[in-house]
Amino acid sequence: MDARESSGSAPAQKATRDMYLPPERKKIADGGTAHISAKEFSVYYGEFEAVKRVSADILSKYVTAIIGPSGCGKSTFLRSINRMNDLIPSCHTTGALLFDGQDVYGKFTDEVLLRKKVGMVFQKPNPFPKSIFDNIAYGPRLHGVNDKKKLMEIVERSLKKAAIWDEVCDRLDKNALGLSGGQQQRLCVARTLAVEPEVLLLDEPTSALDPKATAKIEDLIQELRGSYTIMIVTHNMQQASRVSDSTMFFYEGVLVEHASTAQLFTNPKDPMTEDYITGRFS
Amino acid sequence: MNIGTRKILDRSFTAVGIGSIVVMAVALMIVVVPIITNGIGAVFFTGTVEHRKMLFSEFKRGDSENLSSEVASSDRYRAKVYGMLTGFEAELETMAPEKKAEYKAKYSEVKAALQALLGPFPGDPAPMLTRFKYGQTRWEKAEEKLHDLLYESKWDNSNPDVMAKEYFVSRAIGFQGTSLVKLFPYVKDNMEKLLLPEFTFYWGFITDSSVDSHFFGGIWPEIQGTFFLAVGAMLFAFPLGVVAAVYFTEYARPGFLNSMLRSANSTLAGVPSIVFGMFGLAFFINTLKVSESKSVIAGALTLAIMILPTIIRAAEEAILAVPKTYREASLSLGSTKWNTIATVILPAALPGIITGGIISLGRAAGETAPIIFTAAVSVGSAIGLADVFSSPTPALSWNIYNLASEHEAAAQIRHVQYGMVLALVSIVLMLNLSAIVLRARISKKLKG
Repeated sequence: MDARESSGSAPAQKATRDMYLPPERKKIADGGTAHISAKEFSVYYGEFEAVKRVSADILSKYVTAIIGPSGCGKSTFLRSINRMNDLIPSCHTTGALLFDGQDVYGKFTDEVLLRKKVGMVFQKPNPFPKSIFDNIAYGPRLHGVNDKKKLMEIVERSLKKAAIWDEVCDRLDKNALGLSGGQQQRLCVARTLAVEPEVLLLDEPTSALDPKATAKIEDLIQELRGSYTIMIVTHNMQQASRVSDSTMFFYEGVLVEHASTAQLFTNPKDPMTEDYITGRFS
Repeated sequence: MNIGTRKILDRSFTAVGIGSIVVMAVALMIVVVPIITNGIGAVFFTGTVEHRKMLFSEFKRGDSENLSSEVASSDRYRAKVYGMLTGFEAELETMAPEKKAEYKAKYSEVKAALQALLGPFPGDPAPMLTRFKYGQTRWEKAEEKLHDLLYESKWDNSNPDVMAKEYFVSRAIGFQGTSLVKLFPYVKDNMEKLLLPEFTFYWGFITDSSVDSHFFGGIWPEIQGTFFLAVGAMLFAFPLGVVAAVYFTEYARPGFLNSMLRSANSTLAGVPSIVFGMFGLAFFINTLKVSESKSVIAGALTLAIMILPTIIRAAEEAILAVPKTYREASLSLGSTKWNTIATVILPAALPGIITGGIISLGRAAGETAPIIFTAAVSVGSAIGLADVFSSPTPALSWNIYNLASEHEAAAQIRHVQYGMVLALVSIVLMLNLSAIVLRARISKKLKG
């Protein structure tokens, strides 16, 4: 895929990122290709342009953090990747957003298939009011897995990947709403993993959780890195620097800077980025 | 505002709130207590031997040996009464013509009062109407009839400026000097021996058909008719209402047409039920011809149209109350819109939808006006399931109205009317209770 060439900053970015990556991450970085790329991509709510002509490449198997003050369009950008914005009737887009080289907003794109490949975890844990098993099995059942044994395998594998298996393995038939907030959120991750997506979108996944549960989610992201392309929107800059490989800084709908996390937090190019990460405004 | 005033305001508001609740509770008691006490009287009462005779010959119920010994024992006392009558009739023949004419008129009144109390005299031809075949079946009614026998009611019209006042004159005085004068104290003293009152638990009131338009027997055809109508209405209205609610909340695009439809729905909820009744007659029977004339199906359809707006509203609100996050979660897993609705939204909205449905069911069971022209008859036997397409049915709501206003002997059978009211109130109450229980159980399951 040569989407990266079209985006001016990409080659320079790759070089700097490699410099700052720890050796064990370098391997992945070398193989990095653009999984999602935006080209002059804008999202409007009616007349209001919430995301303004963003061009960027999200590299495959990378953890990309999106930071920025409230209302800067970062969640909108994230939600436009799996077309969750379709739920808002006034929402429309211009420019191009490519997923695996295919236009997400193309005429013939099947958004159901897209959402199967691009999973999402939301700000507030939102398990269904069903049993833990049924929560995880919901996605696979939708996509045609009905064999009880196979479902059980998927449920176990997903829960183990989401590092919550040990806590819930003896009460799979209990209602998921009986779990703690942190457990619920990991359950939601497991539910998303059960449909075997390629991309994981995390929309402020820890903002409703206490520090302990936050730590567990962050550990989980560390576990999953390298297996999925992960995008995480966060207000917590420590979190962004801890979990991500590269970081995007949005301000008022504009992508101000997109660089490797190490570089963006230690040596930001744009003075606005510096102001934001040093806490001069928020 | 200073703190003292604020506290006084707070407290006075609490007091007003408590006061209004107390007033409502008292009003409810005033309505409900007589319904319950009188309604229970239809099932538990002091029955006479006449009631047991009626049960035996109309419903083939009761112990024939026991009954015949009871009848024999009461007949022994009755024989004396009838003996006195024949004695007086012989005496009448010997009287002077003017005196004879005077006594004859009074005597026929006495005879009528005795007949009402004890049933037809031996040797009389069997009456046409079942109600005249038996004496008083209920002890409290027998006591009223005894009063009629002992006293003649007269009206005092002496003062034209006030309403006439009723007063009673003892009949015994009228017969002073004849042999009949002994009859009155005899009947009065031997009432229990003549009628053998006994505490009766008449469960057949719920399961029996009525005899002689509710004069005797029970209210099963009405209960069954109410059940058929209400459930039939639900069968039409519930699926239709839920589908409409799903359309309104999930599929309809906001716009002029949509808001028109919604306000039409709200308006429909406020239309008086008699209008639905007329509509049902005009549309289902006269235009669509779902049946020749009144039928259960026509009534059920009319009731369905009446409760549809309520069900739509309840289902809409229940669906809108489902957190948006469930929808997002389901869609983000690659679910189609229809799948999301069927597997996530409707199950989560189920408690609300079911509550709305059962409350509507109660309303359908209780409404009178929509079935007057489409389904209800005053008297009839219980119909089979196959007859719902062709035959009308008695129903509790309609028969309560009928007994209260149109029945020719309404005053004689108030207990039946109260029994029907209690049955209807219990049915509606039980439906609402089951709604509450069902809702609680499903919500508990949803909440974990």
